[in-house]
Amino acid sequence: MSLISLTRRSLFAAAASTALVAGLGFSPAPLAAQTPPGVLIVGQIAEPKSLDPAAVTAQNDFRIVVNMYEGLVRYAPGTLEVEPLLAESWEVSDDGTEYTFMLKEGVTFHDGTPFNAEAVKFNFDRMLNEDHPFHNTGPFPLAFFFSAVQSTDVVDDLTVKFTLNEPYAPFLSNLAYPTGLLVSPAAVEANGADFGRNPVGTGPFKFAEWRSNEAVVVEKNPDYHGDMAGTEAVVFRPITDANTRVAEMLSGGIDVMVEVPPTALSEFQGDGYQVVEQAGPHVWFLILNAKEGPFADKLVRQAANYAINKEALVNEVLEGTAEVAAGPTPPAFAWAYNDELDPYPYDPDKAKELLAEAGAEGAELTFYVTEGGSGMLDPIPMGTAIQADLNAVGFDVKIETYEWNTFLGEVNPGLEGKADMAEMAWMTNDPDTLPFLALRTEAFPDQGGFNSGYYSNPEVDELLSKARVATDQDERAALYKEMQAIVQEDAPWVFVANWKQNAVTTDRVENFNLEPSFLLLLEDVVKN
Amino acid sequence: MGSYILKRLVSAIPVLLGITVIVFLIMAMIPGDPATAILGSYATPENVEKLNRDLGLDKPLVVRYFIWLGNMLTGDFGRSFSLNRPVLDEILERFNATLILAGTAFVICSVLGILAGVISAAKQYGFADKAITFVVLIGISVPSFFLGMMMILLFAVNLRWLPVSGMYAIYGGGDLPDLAKHLVMPAFALAVVATGVIARLSRSAMLEVLRQDFIRTARAKGVGERKVLYGHALRAAMVSIIPVLGIQAGFVLSGSVFIEIVFQWPGVGRMLVDAILKRDLLLVQGGVVFVAACYVFFNICVDVAQSLLDPRIKT
Repeated sequence: MSLISLTRRSLFAAAASTALVAGLGFSPAPLAAQTPPGVLIVGQIAEPKSLDPAAVTAQNDFRIVVNMYEGLVRYAPGTLEVEPLLAESWEVSDDGTEYTFMLKEGVTFHDGTPFNAEAVKFNFDRMLNEDHPFHNTGPFPLAFFFSAVQSTDVVDDLTVKFTLNEPYAPFLSNLAYPTGLLVSPAAVEANGADFGRNPVGTGPFKFAEWRSNEAVVVEKNPDYHGDMAGTEAVVFRPITDANTRVAEMLSGGIDVMVEVPPTALSEFQGDGYQVVEQAGPHVWFLILNAKEGPFADKLVRQAANYAINKEALVNEVLEGTAEVAAGPTPPAFAWAYNDELDPYPYDPDKAKELLAEAGAEGAELTFYVTEGGSGMLDPIPMGTAIQADLNAVGFDVKIETYEWNTFLGEVNPGLEGKADMAEMAWMTNDPDTLPFLALRTEAFPDQGGFNSGYYSNPEVDELLSKARVATDQDERAALYKEMQAIVQEDAPWVFVANWKQNAVTTDRVENFNLEPSFLLLLEDVVKN
Repeated sequence: MGSYILKRLVSAIPVLLGITVIVFLIMAMIPGDPATAILGSYATPENVEKLNRDLGLDKPLVVRYFIWLGNMLTGDFGRSFSLNRPVLDEILERFNATLILAGTAFVICSVLGILAGVISAAKQYGFADKAITFVVLIGISVPSFFLGMMMILLFAVNLRWLPVSGMYAIYGGGDLPDLAKHLVMPAFALAVVATGVIARLSRSAMLEVLRQDFIRTARAKGVGERKVLYGHALRAAMVSIIPVLGIQAGFVLSGSVFIEIVFQWPGVGRMLVDAILKRDLLLVQGGVVFVAACYVFFNICVDVAQSLLDPRIKT
């Protein structure tokens, strides 16, 4: 501003402020915004809670721990099927209650202690056994993934046996989940409750440092038992504000950015960036209250499925970061997904017909919408678009909006007496989890489940119970496919979207892939 | 003076106790508990109950309050659920970052604000006065987080002069110039509103003083204009400027919440926002009590400074 030069004193003011800036050591030379080669800097969405895999629950924390630790098994790259990792092979008893794992020989933890059957036993006892001397290093919120485990026994140094209290088909897939990653017993004994800040595993990267709210740094593990990592180090930076994360990516402060806001994707279309997408085991749906009110009638529930323009939701509101969902099981569970099912088409006329048939024209609906939350995508714009679609066919929808934790407190105990519909989204690791917890009669909220809309169909109950104890994958697949067809017809939910996880990398990053499990595996990534 | 300070310190105790009660009750009353926040989709009533028990939240409210208060008096603020580390360690580390940011912003707004105010008052209705008033008005009206985002866009993304966010460079940083580079944008963004307020109030305080007899006397005796302004008038005006500085110091401290989020500054404001969203009771409670204690302390300092400057205020 030329005004500044008008008086001697304002000149002095300008000089003083310049001097202040200069005094702080600021030099206006362009910053070398280049990150060093061989070091991958990942923009994360939050500070991790802990780096103890048994204690963490958030995707954000999983992205770090999966690179430092390994489990007995893992999801094979590009799939949600289980393959050997620290266990070379395993046997399942005929009745499905005993799993015996043969461990890989010569594996050591980053602290030099050997990985063996004792270590496996220590891990599961620590999580599951309240009398274990290191159970107090928890709490372990997801320990119930292994609640079927009755005992873990050391058969010999490299053989370990799990005994389950009943057959439980998702057991292997739960072992591949981050909660099943194995930690060094010696490090837990040495650090106690602070193990989460001094993590030791067997993975391709080992822990280097954690500067609170700045970065978690992991380095290549030179003694890794598999193929060496492609980078010298990976730095995870917590950047909670999405706009700031985008700005960091644009200015070259980070090499990889996860969970790019849909509206920011267009910034990265040009050269110099690479956008990666991967559909995962996520489903976004509306719970319909099948116990009372208009949605007690199946025709009205189907009408809602016809009335909502899901194509518009995923393409306009979510800018193509999701696909239209056909049923309760996401297609990422390729082996269990019924690909003969087509999504309910957008057909407002059909919806009006069904409403007329059911005599439910003008039905008033209370619709719970959340402001945000894990996997909820863009819940407010989605909620208002859904409201408009439903009103267009003759419903009268009233939205009530809640902050996420409050929302869960309202929805999880059940919608009875409060609402007719609610938004919800789940990310799971096994096709059993969501329908078993949210679609069975025995999963009504008062019985400890998440069936907040009180859907009940004895046929579905039976299929899900059978699939859970079947140990043959083909048999399970057939049961899940049949379940999906019935549930789609019964329409206890409006099936809306399956989210595609996305990430952006600079063109200096190679071999970067996203997995259907949503876990961020970085060992093969190369940074030039 | 010693007894005055002591009296003020003693009177701060009920204030702080009241704050502990209020923050504890608010955290107990807001819907959603930490277990639900941690478990997310897996928050079955059974899991929630077990986790709340593991976290020690199954005891009655009154018992929990006194356990918390008692522990805090012995210096134990408890352990954060969401960060899995002692609350006090986290607060001290984060408060340090906030102090650097808010302290720099405070210096900037005090120096620039008073300077602008003095210049405006000296050239009342002149061009410089009008120009400063105009700029100040804009400064007061623009929300600091918006200004922050625009600064990032211009200086970091387009011009690439400054880093976007954080406190130190991830690699090869950690020294003073590195800190300064990261500090420039957030400190200025944070200082803008306070600068405006201080400028306006300094201007009116100066105008009032400049009309008084002793200024005319000084001028009549041939004292140079600069000496009149900065030696005589500003010194007298400081009595009414200092309380404003005290208020603005608090303002800058609380305003840093937005700025810390936009610039990802690892300070206490961002910590509190994250902690509230995660229902991290002990971290929120400990953080609020700590910040409130600092606030009370600053206020006492301002009062003491004022009574030192103006003996009439002494109680």
